[in-house]
Amino acid sequence: MKLLLLATMNGVTLAALYFIVASGFTLIFGMMRVVNLAHGSLYLIGAYIGYDVASVTGYWFLALFGGAIGAALVGVAMQYFVLDRYQGQDLRQALVTIGLSLIAADLLLARYGGMTYQFEVPEFLYGSVPMPIVGGYPTFRLALIVFAIALYVGLWLLVQRTRFGIIIRAGVDDRQMLGAVGINLTRVSTLVFALGSALVGVAGVVGSSALSIAPGEDARYLLSSLVVVIVGGMGSIPGAAIGALLVGLAEQIGLAYFPTYSVVISFVIMVAVLAWRPYGLLGRPA
Amino acid sequence: MINRRLGRLALVAGVATAFSMSAFAQNTVRIGGLATLDGPFVVLGQEAFRAMELAFEEANYTAGGRKIEWIKESSDGRPDVALTKARKLIEQDKVDILIGPMSGGEGLAVKEYAKQVPNKTFVNGFSAAQETTLVSPAPNFFRFSTDGAQWQAGLGTYAYDVKGYRNVAVVSGDYSFGYTQVLGFMSEFCAKGGKVIEKIWVPNGTKDFSSSIARIPAKADAVYVMLGGADAVNFLTQYDQSGATQPLIAGSNVVDQTVLSAKGPFQRRLVGTPSAHMVADEIDTQAYRDYVAQYKKRFPNGLSSPSAPYYGYYVATKAVLAALNQVGGDVGGDQAKFRQALANVKLDTAYGPVRLDENRQAIANIYVTEVARRADGSLYNRPLKVIPNVNQTLGQPKDAFVARGVPSRDNPSCP
Amino acid sequence: MQAQRWIVSTLFLAALGAYPHFVPDFWIVSVGAYAIVLGIIALSLTFLAAYGGMISLAQMAIAGAAGYALAIFSLHSASGEVAVLPWPWAVAVAMIVGTGAGLLIGIVAVRSQGIYMLMSTLAIAMILFYLAQQNTTLLHGFDGFRGVAVPSVGGKSLRDPMLFYYLCLACGVLVYGLVIYLVHAPFGLVIQGVRDDPRRMASLGYRVAWHQVAAYGVAGFIAAVGGVLALWYHGGISPGSIGMTATVSVLIAAVIGGLGHPRGAFIGALTYVLIQTFAVDLVGNERFNTLIGLVFLVIVMMSPDGLTGLWRRIRGDQTGSGGVVVTPRQ
Repeated sequence: MKLLLLATMNGVTLAALYFIVASGFTLIFGMMRVVNLAHGSLYLIGAYIGYDVASVTGYWFLALFGGAIGAALVGVAMQYFVLDRYQGQDLRQALVTIGLSLIAADLLLARYGGMTYQFEVPEFLYGSVPMPIVGGYPTFRLALIVFAIALYVGLWLLVQRTRFGIIIRAGVDDRQMLGAVGINLTRVSTLVFALGSALVGVAGVVGSSALSIAPGEDARYLLSSLVVVIVGGMGSIPGAAIGALLVGLAEQIGLAYFPTYSVVISFVIMVAVLAWRPYGLLGRPA
Repeated sequence: MINRRLGRLALVAGVATAFSMSAFAQNTVRIGGLATLDGPFVVLGQEAFRAMELAFEEANYTAGGRKIEWIKESSDGRPDVALTKARKLIEQDKVDILIGPMSGGEGLAVKEYAKQVPNKTFVNGFSAAQETTLVSPAPNFFRFSTDGAQWQAGLGTYAYDVKGYRNVAVVSGDYSFGYTQVLGFMSEFCAKGGKVIEKIWVPNGTKDFSSSIARIPAKADAVYVMLGGADAVNFLTQYDQSGATQPLIAGSNVVDQTVLSAKGPFQRRLVGTPSAHMVADEIDTQAYRDYVAQYKKRFPNGLSSPSAPYYGYYVATKAVLAALNQVGGDVGGDQAKFRQALANVKLDTAYGPVRLDENRQAIANIYVTEVARRADGSLYNRPLKVIPNVNQTLGQPKDAFVARGVPSRDNPSCP
Repeated sequence: MQAQRWIVSTLFLAALGAYPHFVPDFWIVSVGAYAIVLGIIALSLTFLAAYGGMISLAQMAIAGAAGYALAIFSLHSASGEVAVLPWPWAVAVAMIVGTGAGLLIGIVAVRSQGIYMLMSTLAIAMILFYLAQQNTTLLHGFDGFRGVAVPSVGGKSLRDPMLFYYLCLACGVLVYGLVIYLVHAPFGLVIQGVRDDPRRMASLGYRVAWHQVAAYGVAGFIAAVGGVLALWYHGGISPGSIGMTATVSVLIAAVIGGLGHPRGAFIGALTYVLIQTFAVDLVGNERFNTLIGLVFLVIVMMSPDGLTGLWRRIRGDQTGSGGVVVTPRQ
């Protein structure tokens, strides 16, 4: 009983982390139909820059901003100089971003080395919270849930209740029409890309505080983001939340009860969803 | 059109010949170094090459009256790549001796390749899989460092006798090195009467260990952890945050310098954790002090003390140099004299004497250690006990040891 | 025009045949043969991309499946567990496993399109990778198989550089020929029709999905050939042979060479092998990945059709549309 409860909570908190990481990816794909396979690299960039900011200033909260801004800058640069010219060519963008991610991963390795970095999380977020049945549960993981919910609400408000949100939704439905009614597509694209990248940058700091920063994390989070977003449906924020929950729970419960092959579960889910609903659970064709 | 194609072929042939000609040594011995500089193991790879560099510098890049030419190659931890690089070093760069590789799976691949190149000599760098020398060894593959099971000598006994643990849970990476280390620990612990009540195997690639931690039974007196590098850091942080109170027993890689040097709140969990390895810190001998001083002076950007991979490659290179000196640098023909000399090399290192057994596997000292904090806040492995002359069968008769089979998830077992 | 093409092709083949007599052993096997092996696996990807309009990242995993099957039934350093078959039978089993894997994967993959198929095949490749890593009884887990015995043909072991090179060359020519033949046969024409306009093909009465799955089967067969040769080249196989890095390397090789034509697979593979082998001498051990990434990026950005497209443009031909896949001209 205790194990099941712990595994479920672990699954939900991991889902929160996956949602935070994947939200940027789904936003960018939904609005701009850009397949950014350098998404994981942006995660790492946000994490490392955030780490530098935290070491210099001594404040973990500033790292969140540092990571967001750093990743947003790199993301916008990527979009403006490289990705924009391949608008509409899914596959080409995928390949280009793969190339960028290879280079980024290696350059980060050169700059930061192979050591594992850990954030000094503020005291009130570290340690464990006493809970019934399970004894104690890590505070930071609970904070992740709070953060993910806040993010979800924030994004929902942005998309449903603001003018910018209307533009985004219109862009998801029909990008060309959006341009035809006079919206400056370049500016909107850049803003969306910046927002999406900033989200990933923050996710980098948050995720690395829960776990750690190390080379190879970019590939791992890219894969998990892909699974989450595809299962949920590209371009759908609620879809990303559902996908994250499915994947997070499957992974942790799998690890608790049948660890040997649990690593395969999230990929099996992805393949199954794609075979049954080719655009994901809540996704729509372009 | 045809001219262009012929021209291209001529160019290829010319380049190839140029390459192969550049490979002909004048009066140099060519030594290849293979380590993992690719990917996340880069820190270990850097340590490996630092060690070789220092060893060569100490000998002034000369041995047996001949100059030494050092050619480096890097792999990424995958056996296929290690094999390709080993081939390049031997066949293209024409090295006479190859020192490496770094990781277990690579070591097995290089050993098999060694059997196909009987006229060259291969000396292990740091790879610690037991089977490399115990099962179907290659006559030209030498390992001057101890294997993963040997590294745990003394720890099981210490955990039972001194720490008083009776029931232990194991959390380990789900692969052969994990099985080997666990074997080394359980060999002694179970023999003493201890019980391993739960074995929690974590697949490679897992980042979030929280559900594995949730499986640790409350009954366990202690948790034996065997994870590498970044995984170890993650595990320790999550263990700390989960509010778990059971003390830890560490496998060798968990308290390697690369982990101890990483900064973070997980460090307070580590202090007091016992472990065992072929290396330790702050040993009270002059030889050790000189060894560390040399490292720090030569590599001010290195770690706070030399790591295990550093030692592995250092010993390997020193042994090669010693053998070269003995045979006057003769590595021509079938290298029989050189290998004979190499098999008989006995070294006196900072960690004690090293010699080889009949499978060309090292017999050396093992240190039971405990993590402690220095005045400046850095962590180190304080040696508690030296287990001298640990051989590959951990002091047990060879037939019985081998008969128990290769370590696996269920072997050994003492619930 | 045709005659000139034939002459050029024959001369080129003759050059390839003469190659091992002019270069040292290392270049025969570790550059020449290995490039052909990688090229064959990349060809399975290029075939699907160029003629089927489908990008599959599962090809390396399929090659690995064949390799694993062969390893299980071959003599290796831990033998004694499963029956050892004479090598022709073991190879046959491997080919069946590889082709079957291609078909099965195809059945799942063709339910998605474009970028989604790419993701689906990537996920399948990851599943196979983790299966190989976690299964210790049959697949030997993390360490895989080592010391796999290589067969002898006519008294000579395949370890002999010349023999192995000629074997790889023969296989390369055969699969290349197979692709060219298929592409001109009715099957190939249907596949290309499906690539261009599936709806129209369906309305003409063709069973679109069936043909796509069959294409995956053909690609699986080609990948299996590569997988068998790769096993003999490495003398072993482990999860690392089919993991993320290996999967991406096949994609890189295929794209660099040019996804529009079968020869792109081999050109790209050779380029990749050369960079991988000699990058050390150029940029030092450490920044090899940056170099590969840069080359890959530049090629994808500048030439949608890789090196073959670049070559064509230098010669003054027109390339196809700006998309990645170019209608091949033969």
